This record gives sequence, structure tokens and C-alpha cells, in this order.
Amino acid sequence: MKLVLEKRVTSSTLLALTSPFIALALTLVAGAIMFAMLGKPPIASLITYFVDPLTDPWSREQIIVKATPLILIAVGLSVCFRSGNWNIGAEGQYLMGGLFGAMLPVMLHGWTSPLLLPLAIIFGMAGGALYAFIPAVLKARFGTNEILSSLMLVYIAQQVVDWVVRGPWRNPQGMGFPGTKTFTDNAILPPLWANADAHYGTVFAIIAAIVVWFALARTLKGFEITVLGQSPKAGRFAGFSAAKMTIFAFLVSGALAGLAGISEVSGSVEKLDDKLSLGYGFSAIIVAFLGRLNPLGIIAAGLILALSFIGGENAQIMMGVSDRAARVFQGLLLFFVLACDTLIHYRIKWVAQPRSVSKQSHRPHTPSTSSSDQQKEGSITAMGRGSGMSMN
Amino acid sequence: MEIAVLISIIVSIAVSATPLLLAATGELVVERSGVLNLGVEGMMIMGAVAGFSVAQATGNPHWGAFGAVIVGALFSQLFAFLVLTLVTNQVATGLALTILGLGLSGMIGEGFVGQPGIKLENFNIPILSDLPVIGPLLFSLDAIFYASIALVLAVWWFLFRTKTGLMVRGVGDSHSSAHALGIPVIRVRYLAIAFGGACAGLAGAHLSLVQVPQWTEGMTSGRGWIALALVVFASWRPGRVLIGAYLFGAVTIAQFHAQASGVPIPPQFLASLPYLATIIVLVLIARNRRLTMMNTPAALGQPFVPDR
Repeated sequence: MKLVLEKRVTSSTLLALTSPFIALALTLVAGAIMFAMLGKPPIASLITYFVDPLTDPWSREQIIVKATPLILIAVGLSVCFRSGNWNIGAEGQYLMGGLFGAMLPVMLHGWTSPLLLPLAIIFGMAGGALYAFIPAVLKARFGTNEILSSLMLVYIAQQVVDWVVRGPWRNPQGMGFPGTKTFTDNAILPPLWANADAHYGTVFAIIAAIVVWFALARTLKGFEITVLGQSPKAGRFAGFSAAKMTIFAFLVSGALAGLAGISEVSGSVEKLDDKLSLGYGFSAIIVAFLGRLNPLGIIAAGLILALSFIGGENAQIMMGVSDRAARVFQGLLLFFVLACDTLIHYRIKWVAQPRSVSKQSHRPHTPSTSSSDQQKEGSITAMGRGSGMSMN
Repeated sequence: MEIAVLISIIVSIAVSATPLLLAATGELVVERSGVLNLGVEGMMIMGAVAGFSVAQATGNPHWGAFGAVIVGALFSQLFAFLVLTLVTNQVATGLALTILGLGLSGMIGEGFVGQPGIKLENFNIPILSDLPVIGPLLFSLDAIFYASIALVLAVWWFLFRTKTGLMVRGVGDSHSSAHALGIPVIRVRYLAIAFGGACAGLAGAHLSLVQVPQWTEGMTSGRGWIALALVVFASWRPGRVLIGAYLFGAVTIAQFHAQASGVPIPPQFLASLPYLATIIVLVLIARNRRLTMMNTPAALGQPFVPDR
């Protein structure tokens, strides 16, 4: 028995729509197995995880609070990933958004102008965008690998925030705890309703998702993003600049991550402290893929991931399951999402007999041709460069 | 006295370089076969927790290191199945492996937090370790250190001096040509990924059994990613991986010494140095296009679906 992939003539629309749901279902099955292995009742655990939070108004609100930064960041990432730019450092841009956004509320503490909040938000977005600009310009100018550079910047951002909240910006009345002074009321993002934890960041997230969805689906810029992402060569022929796109995509993504950062600081924590980095920037990568890089899908995906966080806390309190289980779920979910995406383009077949290692199949008379055009293009360039190497 | 201090500094550099060297050497073989596995950090942390727990269970840190190798190799096969059999995107799948590894290790290791670990003691090679200067420098370190040096030599010899090594490089440069020649592309890549996982696992074990013999969540703190950068820095050459890993080890140790000696720089900035150095190195290497173009495995990261 052997697994063999067969290219579909046209990719399956049905599966493109259902594959995230198949992935979710498979994750639940894997989760049930995991709980059984931990010695917990599988079905009851899954209910505690994924159903109970939905029945309780407080948990429902917490889901919205958690989903807000995830959606904001993931919407930005969808622009990056679609254009073929691997921004893995959204966590750093989120932190820098929080830091830059906190700058005015902390340094001008007591300034009563109503301009303080809008300025803080603009500063936050600028901070995230500026931090994303670093890997972008390094990639566009020098061809530096953006995956690694953007990721390294996360570790640096964590250290910078840590320094700021323990050093120059530490609240002198804070009993020695790291963190700035609590913001004054005019720097705090208002709650969605009286005494709510949910704040206007959620509104930003929904607006961002709709705007980016429209831009991707209906504008020339959106078309440019898709073309350059799917085939840089075709993009070049169309007169699009890959370097400019890299800068653009990173700036958009950084600004949205920065907005997520300042929204969290100003709307939830109401000060900058050392607990801002909770891994939202990494979870947002899963959200982006689960939403199939579609901003509207990302809203739903963000809510699902947030549900898994809240469910994780629930399960820890109710059943003593480690809250790390939520992270395991998220990792598994990304695996299943990626695996199910394969179904859209390929048919998976079990071949009863493994392909025999006959001499014929090994020495074909005609050069081997791959089953897809994309593959062919790839292998030709590969061979071209390969032969160049052998001359050296 | 002076020499004794110098020796202790060099030894500490070797200790901090060893996990980087192991993980980067493993990843080098993976990338030479044409696969980009961004899951190094995840495989490394799984190795760290496996090494710690097996050492606790058996009371023998050598079994711990062995367990880490096995767990690293097995864990990597999850990635291998997705990118090779299901032809998923390698960047995204590698990230998934890292995210899953960080979560899973946190869950497995929850009960180990704060427990004292078992240190893998240094192994004094008879006679040689009694030599002045080079004895303590080279011949009385831990077994994983010796393994890392042997591994680099072995990988160099394997890739550039054996027929199988040529096959691996061929698969990485053009999978279609290799396939046409009858080389089992997919099988070669499965094995390369398993090797990379085993190396990353051992690298993790070095962290939890030698460097800081205990378990802390997320204790790899980006070393897997630095190892990935090292492979680029080394332009896919084992010898240069060795140099790069020790340079990074030196930066890390310099930063510790600067912190300890009370340099008036906030410790957070010193702690950022290895990450900053990584970015600078990546920029310098990327600027030298000829070097990168010449050595980059041409099929790196490209999907391969065998034809009938």
C-alpha cells in the first residue's frame, strides 16, 4: 500500500470551502485521542473546551477580547502571505505597537487633551509598521531572508519592552513591579458597552478585515498582491515590482499588528507591562491559514482560536488539564489545515502495490516530465542553475 | 592563571556552541536534499524535554540523550509526511512543527518545572585529558560535544566524498533530474529529514542535560532559528557551520561576561546581541549574491510530485 497524489484537472471548489471544516473536525478527533491518553474523558473534555465557553456570557466576552488582536494581526499577515512575503515576526511588531503607542500616554502622563488617544493609536500603528519595515527593506534591498530576520526581531522587541518597563518607564509607585503608570482615562480605548472588557479594538478588527477583504478582492492592488504571490515572474511581466510589494505588504501587516498591540495596551491592560507578549503574533499565523488567507474567513478563524484559548483556561480549572493543551490544539490545527489544503489540488489514492523498482521506470527514454506546469517551470530553472554550479 | 581563565572561557564557548552546531549540521543535510525545515526550534525543544524526562526515568543522562535523538527523529517525520507525501507548503508546515513542538513540550514538561535535572558529566579521555592546556580544552568535555565535532566531519565526508552524499546533493539541486536517474527522491528526503530531527533532538538534550540541567518551558529561546540562520551563513558548507556556531557561541559568552562584569549597558540590550548578530550576518551574506547563488541547493523549498 502506498499513498499517491494525483493532480486534479481543476481544483475542487467544494473542498476549497469545506477543507477548513474538515481540518477542524480532524483536530477534534486528535484532541479526543489526546485527552484519552491523558486519562480524561474525551467527549466531556471536548465539551468543556469548545462548548461550555459559548454558553456563558462572561466567556463569550473573553472570546471577543482574545479574538481581537488575533484577527487584526492575521488580516495583516494575509496580505503578506498572499504576496509571498513570510512575515513571521508579527509578535515583535505587535510589541512595538504597544511600546510606541504607550509613548505619549506615559511620557505626557496627565495631558488632558482628547487628542491623546487618537495620537497613541497612530503612534502604535507607526511603531508596528516601522518595525516591520526593517525586515522588508533588508529583503527588498539585499535579499535577506525575511523569515529569519523578522523572527530575530521578535526576541529583540521582547528585550526592549522588558527594558522599558523595568527601566525608564517604570511606575515609581508600582511597588517595584515592572510596568508603566496606568493610563489616564483619555488614553484608554473605550469599552464596547458599560463596564465591558471588550473594547473598540474589536471594531478596528472588523473594519480592517472588511477593508482588506475589499482591497484584495476588488482592487488592482489586490490583484497585484495575488499575481506577485503566485508567480513572481508573471508579476514582473505585468510591470509589478516585487521589491515594492515586499515593503508595502510588510508595512500593512506591521501597522495592523501595531494596532493590535496598542489596542491591547490601551483597551485591556491600560498600561504597558512585561506580560504583553502572549504569543498572539504566532497564533495569528494559524488564524491566517485557517481563514484560508481570506480576511472574512479570518474573522471566523480568530474566534475559533480564541475559543480554544478560553476553553483551555476552562479545562484547566474544571478538569485539571494543562492550559498548554490549547497550544497543542493550535499546532495540530495548523497541521490539519495544511494537509487538507492538499485535497483541493490533488486526489489522494492508495495504490495497492508499491511501484515496482523496475529498470524501465528508472531509465525512461524521454526526459521525465512533471505532472504540473508549475513543477516543470521549477525544475527547468533548477537544472539551469544546477549546471551553472557544476562548471565552478 | 591567565591561561586557566582563557581555557574556561573557550570551554564555555564550546558548551554554548554545541547545540547550535548540532542543529545546524542536521538542517544542513536536510536543506542539501532540497527541503527547508523551519521546525528546528520545535524538534530541539522536543529533544530537550525528552532528554530531561528519559534521564529522570532511567537515572542515566546518556539514555536521556539517546531518547532525545529518537524523539527528534520521530517528531520530524510528522513534517516529512506532510511536505513529502502530501506536498504541503514547507514554510508553513515547518512553522506548524515549531508551534506544535513548543506546545507539546510545555505540556509534557509541566511536572518537571523546578525539578533538579541530571547533568551529563564531562568525559575525560584517558591520557589525552592530562595534557597541559589542550587536555582541559579539547579532551575533557561532555560526550555530546565530541559527538558534535565528529558529526561535522562525518557530514562533510558523507556529502562531498561519498556516492550517497552526491545523490543527496543531486536530489537537492534538481529533483526531476535525480528522479529521472532513478534516485528515490522522496525516500532520500525522508531520511534526510529524520537525520535533521535526530540532530536537533540531540541539540535540545545538550541544553537540558549539559548547559542548564533542568527543564524550563521554551528553554531553546530561539536557538533553533539561529541554527537555521547559521546554515545560510555557512552557505551550506559543514566547515563553515562549525566556524559560524563557534562565532555565535563567542557572542553569547561575551554577552554573559559583559553582564557579569557590570558594563553600564542594560542587560536586555546585551541579551539581544546574539539575535542582532544573526540579522547582521544574514544581511552580509545576502549581499554576496555570487556566494549564495553558487551554493544554495537549487531545488530548496520546491514541491516535488513524482510522475508515473
